[in-house]
Amino acid sequence: MSPLIEAKGLEFGPKAAPVLRDVSLRVDPGEIVTLVGPNGSGKSTLLRLMIGALAPRRGTVRRARGLRIGYVPQSLVLDPSLPITVRRFLDLPHRVSDAEAEAALAQSGADGIAHKQMAALSGGQFQRVLLARAVLNQPQLLILDEPTQGLDQPGQAAFYRRIAALRREMGCAVLMVSHELHVVMSASDRVICLNGHVCCEGTPEVVSAAPAYRELFGTGTGGQLALYRHEHDHAHEGGGAAHHHHHQHHAEG
Amino acid sequence: MKAVAPRIIITTNITPRADMLDDFMIRAGLAALGTALAAGPLGCFVVWRRMAYFGDATSHAAILGVALALGQGLAVFPGVLGTALAMALAVHALSGRGLAHDTVLGVLSHGALAAGLVAVALTGGVRVDLELYLFGDVLTVTRGDLAWIWGGAALVVGVLVWRWRRLLTATLSPDLAHASGIAPRREALVLTLLLSAVVAVAIKVVGALLITALLVIPAAAARGAARTPETMALLALAVAAVSALGGLQVALWLDTPVGPSIVCVAVTLFAGSLPLRVLRAARG
Repeated sequence: MSPLIEAKGLEFGPKAAPVLRDVSLRVDPGEIVTLVGPNGSGKSTLLRLMIGALAPRRGTVRRARGLRIGYVPQSLVLDPSLPITVRRFLDLPHRVSDAEAEAALAQSGADGIAHKQMAALSGGQFQRVLLARAVLNQPQLLILDEPTQGLDQPGQAAFYRRIAALRREMGCAVLMVSHELHVVMSASDRVICLNGHVCCEGTPEVVSAAPAYRELFGTGTGGQLALYRHEHDHAHEGGGAAHHHHHQHHAEG
Repeated sequence: MKAVAPRIIITTNITPRADMLDDFMIRAGLAALGTALAAGPLGCFVVWRRMAYFGDATSHAAILGVALALGQGLAVFPGVLGTALAMALAVHALSGRGLAHDTVLGVLSHGALAAGLVAVALTGGVRVDLELYLFGDVLTVTRGDLAWIWGGAALVVGVLVWRWRRLLTATLSPDLAHASGIAPRREALVLTLLLSAVVAVAIKVVGALLITALLVIPAAAARGAARTPETMALLALAVAAVSALGGLQVALWLDTPVGPSIVCVAVTLFAGSLPLRVLRAARG
């Protein structure tokens, strides 16, 4: 299967202190890939390299021909001098019919606010409208940068259920960054642990058992992760992990 | 400047169109309207993208263009368009390279204005009425000027309509634009080029010093009443048109310069729009 998007050997940032180095990543049709990593590990930078908003100092990003990406940025600050309703926001950059717009809003849990000003939305509504815009025009790949910021826990859970449902309905692949490890772990096909470089990757079970991952997250996330491991530890031993071996220098720093 | 002598002959002409365009007031009105047509909608982008200082730099460069054109005995419009374009491209090239934007613009803007004024003084032999280009004099607009003004305005409006969604997406969020396969820097360049076209269109109407006012004030006045970008652009166009014609009328009544009178009317309309904005904010 040819990948939707493939990054090879990405390097970004000043040579002396690169934000990312030697990062390779591919997303195949229909799979959910999650990037996890501590603050400042280059997750958002990697996503912005993938959509072409940043240019790597070294390495390549190759997209499938005519790839349709739905992108939900980490944050979007709209200039207050620019008035725009939710409905018109969904028309950018491609005009959509009222029926399509309503369907996308309903699908994203944001129905009934089409006529509101974007500036008047709550944080949660704003995120759902961004998601609604991203799922218009049949995207083959959704790229979500911490999409559940500003949502409470039930809101987060509902959001990830919605992502899973969208994948089922539209068959699109998902590449996302998340901090909610326990939620993400159960919703992903593949997890990539990033800390300036790829520390480890594989199925959620494999990654959560990897030493590099435990060093990065083991203590901080406490109970929920332990609970998760308790439930899943022994089910998938020896699953196909691509565990990179240069993680140790990093985990110390 | 050149049409004084034939005027007497043409007034006896029986074709009504010739009569109409021969009236300097009609020509002035059409010139002011054409300028408003381009400046109103483009001004919205100037406000949304905070390009006001950019507008100043481009229009100040136009004075240099006037001096160069007159010094070489060339037509003024191409000269103005040329230097405005050069300035716009220079600023575009410098932007996004880590230089403090307003500082660079400050250097270029006032540098161009000063160089223009010096160049005008150096153009020996040609008596240049500088005030004409600093503050505009729409009453001296010729048929040829009208062709430039309406041609330029049609170009600006045409490009805005053609690329509206792309320009808007790139303005809203460069990252969203990238993800949709739109290059925000290219759209910024398009707006930059349109800005220099508007400067060339507007210099005889409101003058180099007040062009930015005609871009920014109608858009600012339209903001309070608008709920979508499209209505804001149309409202800005309406405010600019009313200001242009109203300013012309005021200038006739009070015997004041036309360009500043147009801007004064626009400012009055902006002030009138403020209660509307407060009302809307109170309603949420």
